Amino acid sequence: MQTPTPERSELMQTLFGRLSLDAIPYHEPILLATFAVTALIGLALVVWITRARAWGWLWRDWFCSIDHKKIGVMYMILALVMLLRGFADAIMMRLQQAMAFGDAMGYLPPHHYDQIFTAHGVIMIFFVAMPFVTGLMNYVVPLQIGARDVAFPFLNNFSFWMTVVGALLVMTSLFIGEFSTAGWLAYPPLSGADYSPGVGMDYYIWALQIAGVGTLLSGVNLIVTIVKMRAPGMTLMKMPVFTWTSLCTNVLIVAAFPVLTAVLVLLSLDRYADTNFFTNDFGGNPMMYVNLIWIWGHPEVYILILPLFGVFSEVVSTFSGKRLFGYTSMVYATVVITILSYLVWLHHFFTMGSGASVNSFFGITTMIISIPTGAKMFNWLFTMYRGRIRFELPMLWTMGFMFTFVIGGMTGVLLAVPPADFVLHNSLFLIAHFHNVIIGGVVFGVFAGISYWFPKVFGYHLDKFWGKVSFWCWQIGFLFAFMPLYVLGLMGVTRRVSHFEDPSLQPWFIAAAFGAVLVGAGILASLIQFYVSYKRRAELRVVGGDPWDARTLEWSTSSPPPEYNFAFTPRVHEVDAWWDMKRNGYVRPTSGFLAIHMPKGTAAGITLAGISLVFGFAMIWHIWWLAGLSFAGLIGAAIAHTFNYDRDYHIPADEVTRSEDAYTRALAAQEA
Amino acid sequence: MSSANAHNHHEALVHGHDEHHDDGAAHGSFKSYMIGFLLSVLLTAIPFWLVMGEVLPSKLATTAIILGFALVQIVVHMVFFLHMNTSSEGGWNMLALIFTLVLVVITLAGSLWVMFHMNANMMPASVHEMRNLP
Repeated sequence: MQTPTPERSELMQTLFGRLSLDAIPYHEPILLATFAVTALIGLALVVWITRARAWGWLWRDWFCSIDHKKIGVMYMILALVMLLRGFADAIMMRLQQAMAFGDAMGYLPPHHYDQIFTAHGVIMIFFVAMPFVTGLMNYVVPLQIGARDVAFPFLNNFSFWMTVVGALLVMTSLFIGEFSTAGWLAYPPLSGADYSPGVGMDYYIWALQIAGVGTLLSGVNLIVTIVKMRAPGMTLMKMPVFTWTSLCTNVLIVAAFPVLTAVLVLLSLDRYADTNFFTNDFGGNPMMYVNLIWIWGHPEVYILILPLFGVFSEVVSTFSGKRLFGYTSMVYATVVITILSYLVWLHHFFTMGSGASVNSFFGITTMIISIPTGAKMFNWLFTMYRGRIRFELPMLWTMGFMFTFVIGGMTGVLLAVPPADFVLHNSLFLIAHFHNVIIGGVVFGVFAGISYWFPKVFGYHLDKFWGKVSFWCWQIGFLFAFMPLYVLGLMGVTRRVSHFEDPSLQPWFIAAAFGAVLVGAGILASLIQFYVSYKRRAELRVVGGDPWDARTLEWSTSSPPPEYNFAFTPRVHEVDAWWDMKRNGYVRPTSGFLAIHMPKGTAAGITLAGISLVFGFAMIWHIWWLAGLSFAGLIGAAIAHTFNYDRDYHIPADEVTRSEDAYTRALAAQEA
Repeated sequence: MSSANAHNHHEALVHGHDEHHDDGAAHGSFKSYMIGFLLSVLLTAIPFWLVMGEVLPSKLATTAIILGFALVQIVVHMVFFLHMNTSSEGGWNMLALIFTLVLVVITLAGSLWVMFHMNANMMPASVHEMRNLP
C-alpha cells in the first residue's frame, strides 16, 4: 500500500523515500478508530500533565533519572501499556477465529490478521515480557545485594529509552504504513524482499535492533552490578535466589542477543543490499536463518522465565516463613538450565529435516531440561511443606503458577518427542503449550513480583480484593482460552489461520474467545486494583520497611527506599541476610550519617534514543539523507556526552540524617 | 587541563558505583604492548603472504593454516592487549572465557552438524542437480 505512485517526482522520492500520504491507512475503519482512541487518550494525558504542571517534574525526576528504582518502575509502566496493546491484538484474533466459519469471513481481512498475529507475538515477548523482567531486576537486584545503584547508572537510563524506541516503532507501524506479516520470528524467504516488499518487515527489523541495544547493555550492566557490587560478606552462595536467577538471565542475554542482532543484520542485508544469505536462490539458505534465530530464541525463553523462578523462590520462602528448601540445589538447577538452554534449539524445527540422529539428540537434551525444572518445583513444594503459609496475593499467584506451569511443562515434554512433534508442530497444541508456560510462568510470576514488591516501591499495599479478582479471572480465563486449543491442536488445526471451513470446530473457538474475555477482565481488575490502591493509600500504608516479615536485604531499608537505598552498606553473614539480622538483634544505626556520593541524572539517554528513533524511521522508509544525518547525529551526541564531567553529586549528611530520622520516627510509631 | 582535573576529581571520589576502577587486572608495559603488536603484525602478514603469493598448492591447506593463525591471533590479543590471564578479575575473566568458548563451540559445531544433515536430507540429491546449483 505504500508503493510510490508512478508520477512521484525524483525530488519527492529523495526527500521522503517510500513515505507518502497513502501510507496512512485512513481507508481502514478499524485502524482509524484505534488511532482516534489512542490519540484521545494521548491528548487527555498531555492535558492532564500540563494542568498538573508536571512536565518539569516528569522530565527531571523520571525521564532523565538514572536511579535504578525509577528506571525499574518506568520499565514496568512500559510493559503494562504494551500489555494492553498486545492483549488488544489477542482478543481481535480470538474474535475473528470465533466468527470466521464457512460463509462468514469474520471482520479481519487476511493481510490485517497476519499483521495482528505478528504484532501480538513481537509485542508480548519483546515489549511486555522483557521490560517486565528487566524492570523487576532493575528495581530489586541492587537493593537485594546492598548496593546504591547499578554499576553503570547512565547506561541503564539509555537502555530503557532504547527499549521504548523499539516499542514506539512498533506502535508507529499501526498508523503509518503497516507491520510485518511474517510471524514473530520472520522466517525467510517470506521475510525476504521478494515476498515482503513492504515496510512492515523493516519496522520489525529496526524495532528489534534498536530495542536489542538496550537489552544487551542492560544485561552487561546487571552482570557487572551483581559480580562487583555485592555487600561485604555476600559470597556467591549467599546471594538471594532472585539475584542468582537474574545473574543467569543476564549472562544468557549477553551471550544470546548478539546472535539475534547478527541474524537480523544478515536479513537486513538481504533486504537492503540484495545479498543472498537467506534467499531461495543464488546459494542462499533460509534454513540457516531458522537455525541461527533459534540459537538466540531458545535461550530467550529462559531469559524470560528464570528471573520469575527467582521471584517464586523469594515469595514461597517469605510466605511460608521458612528458609528456601534446597538453596544449593536451586542455584545449581538454575545454572544447569542456563547451560542446557543452549543445547536444545533444534526442537523448534524437528520437522525441517535434520534426520533421526540430530532430532534424537535434541529431543533428549530437551527432556533433560525438565529435570532441573522439576527439582525447582519440588524445592518450592518442600518449602511450603509444614510452613505457616500466608495466602497473600503473591502466594496466590505463585500457587497458580505451580498448578499451571506443571501442565505446560508436561505438554512441553510431549512436544520434545520428535515423532510426536511431527504431528503436533505448527498446530494449536504448540500455541496452547507456550502460552501455558509463558502465561503460567512469566505473567503469573510478574504479577506475583508486582504484588510482592509493590509495598516496597510505593510504601502501600495493593488492594487485596481486586488482586484476587484479577488472579481468578486470569487463572480461569487462561484455562478457558487455552485448554480448547490443546484439543483443537490434537485435531490438527494449524496456527495463524484466519478462516475455517469445518463448523464443528466453532464451539471450541468460542470457548477460547470467552477465556480471552475473562483474561481481559483480569487485566481490567489489575488496573482497577492499582487505581483503588492509590485512592486508599492512606489505609494501606506500610509503616515499617518490612510489611511481609521478609528475608532479604531489600526489606532492611525503608519502603519506599530513600534515593541512596542504604545509609550504611549492610554486612551479610547468611543467605537470608535480613532474616538473620532480625533474628540476631541487629540495631539500625540512627546517627553518624555521612554524605553520600551519587550519580547525577542526564538527558543524554533520552536524546540518544530519540535520535535512534529518527534513524530507525528513516531506514524503514528509505529516507537515506535523514538516516545519514541522524546516524551522524547519534555518534556526535554520544561523543558530546563523554565531555560531560558533571556526573555526580553528594547528598549532604544533613539530608541523609533528616530522611533516616523520619524513618526512625516511623519505626518508633509502629512499635508503640 | 581543567577538564582533565575534573575527570581526576571524579575518579578520586571512589564510592559504591565507581569501585570498578581498581579492577585487579594487570596493566601492560611498553615491552608487552610491543610484543603483542609485533606478534599480531606477524600473524596477519603471514596469512596475507600465503594467499597473495599462492605459496601452497592446496587451497584447503591454506584455509586451515589461516584459521590456525586467526585462533593464535585471538589468544595474542587477549593476553597482550586485554591483559587476561587465569587470575585477572579474581578468576571471573577465565570463567567468562571458558563459558564463551563452550557456547561458541556449541553454536558452531551444532550449526555445522544440523546444517550438514539438513543439506544431505533436504537438498537436491542427484549429481546433475548439484552441478547445476548456482
